[in-house]
Amino acid sequence: MSRVAVVRFPGSNCETESLAAVVRAGGTSVLLDYRETSLGGADAVILPGGFSYGDYLRSGAIARFAPIMQAIQAHAAAGGAVIGICNGFQVLCEAHLLPGALLRNAQQRFAARPVDVRIERSDTICTADYQVGEVIRIPIAHGEGRYAADEATLQQLEADGRVMLRYVSVPGSDAPHNPNGSARDIAGICNAAGTVVGFMPHPERLAESALGSDAGHRFFTSLVSRLAVGAAA
Amino acid sequence: MNQRVHIRVIPRTGLLDPQGQAVEHALGVLGFSGVTDVRIGKAIELSVAADTPAGAEAVARRMCEQLLANPVTEDFVIEVEAR
Repeated sequence: MSRVAVVRFPGSNCETESLAAVVRAGGTSVLLDYRETSLGGADAVILPGGFSYGDYLRSGAIARFAPIMQAIQAHAAAGGAVIGICNGFQVLCEAHLLPGALLRNAQQRFAARPVDVRIERSDTICTADYQVGEVIRIPIAHGEGRYAADEATLQQLEADGRVMLRYVSVPGSDAPHNPNGSARDIAGICNAAGTVVGFMPHPERLAESALGSDAGHRFFTSLVSRLAVGAAA
Repeated sequence: MNQRVHIRVIPRTGLLDPQGQAVEHALGVLGFSGVTDVRIGKAIELSVAADTPAGAEAVARRMCEQLLANPVTEDFVIEVEAR
C-alpha cells in the first residue's frame, strides 16, 4: 500500500489534515518528526502547511536545515515524490528543490479564503486525477504566497510546462483573480518530471464532502494511485 | 579575535515591497511629504572569530549566501566594525 510520510516541523499546523487526506484517498500515512534522518520506507513525503520555526528570518528558511531535509533531498534526487503545501512549498523553494521564492502578499494582508485555480498539468504526482484546464475552488491561508522568480526562470518554467496550478478568475465568482500578486498568477509549480511539486492552496483542507466540497480530494487519490503503480512496477 | 559584523538585507530593487509601501503611505499620513522609495529589510549583527576584518567579511558573505539572505529576492551589504 502507498505509504506517505507527513513531516512535522516546530510550527507546522496542517499535518493532521494531510495525514487524513491521504487515508481518505486509500493510502497509509505516517507522521514524521523533523529530527528524523530517514523517511522510514515511505514512498512519498508531504511537507505540510503551517509556520515552521515561526517563519523566522524567511518562511521556510530555517526548516530547510532540519535533519530530515537531507533524506528528502536524496528522495527527490532519486525521483521520489515530494509534495510541499503552503509552508511546505516555501521550504522546497528555500531548499532549492524548486526555483523561485514566496514573498509577502502584494495586498499587505494575510489571505485566508477560497480561490479558483486551474490545473495546468495533469501528469504530476498530485494532479493525475484532474483534467488539464479544470478549475477547482480550494482555500488559501498565507501571508507570504507571492511567487517570485527572475524573468528568465519564469520563462523557463512556462516553456517547460512546469506551472502546475494557476490562479484564475471565474465569471460571477467573488474570489480575487490573483490573491497575492504572484508572478504570472502562479499558484504551484513542479520539477520537470512532476515528482516534486509545491503549491500555496490547501487541498487537504477541502478533501471531504462533509465540508461542503471535496475539490482537493483528487490531489491525494492522484498521489496514492501513482505510488501504487510505482510499487507494482 | 572577535570581529563585530553588521549585515543589512534589503529586498531587491524592482521587486514589490509591500511593507515599504505601507510605511511610505503611513509617513505621508503623518505629514512627512516627499518620501519615496521606502524599502524595508533586516539588520543582522553578529560577532565572529576572525583575525582580520576581511576574514570576517568573507565568512559573513558565505552566511548571507547560504542563509541570511535569499539570493532570489534579496541583496545584502556587509560592514565590519572598525577597531
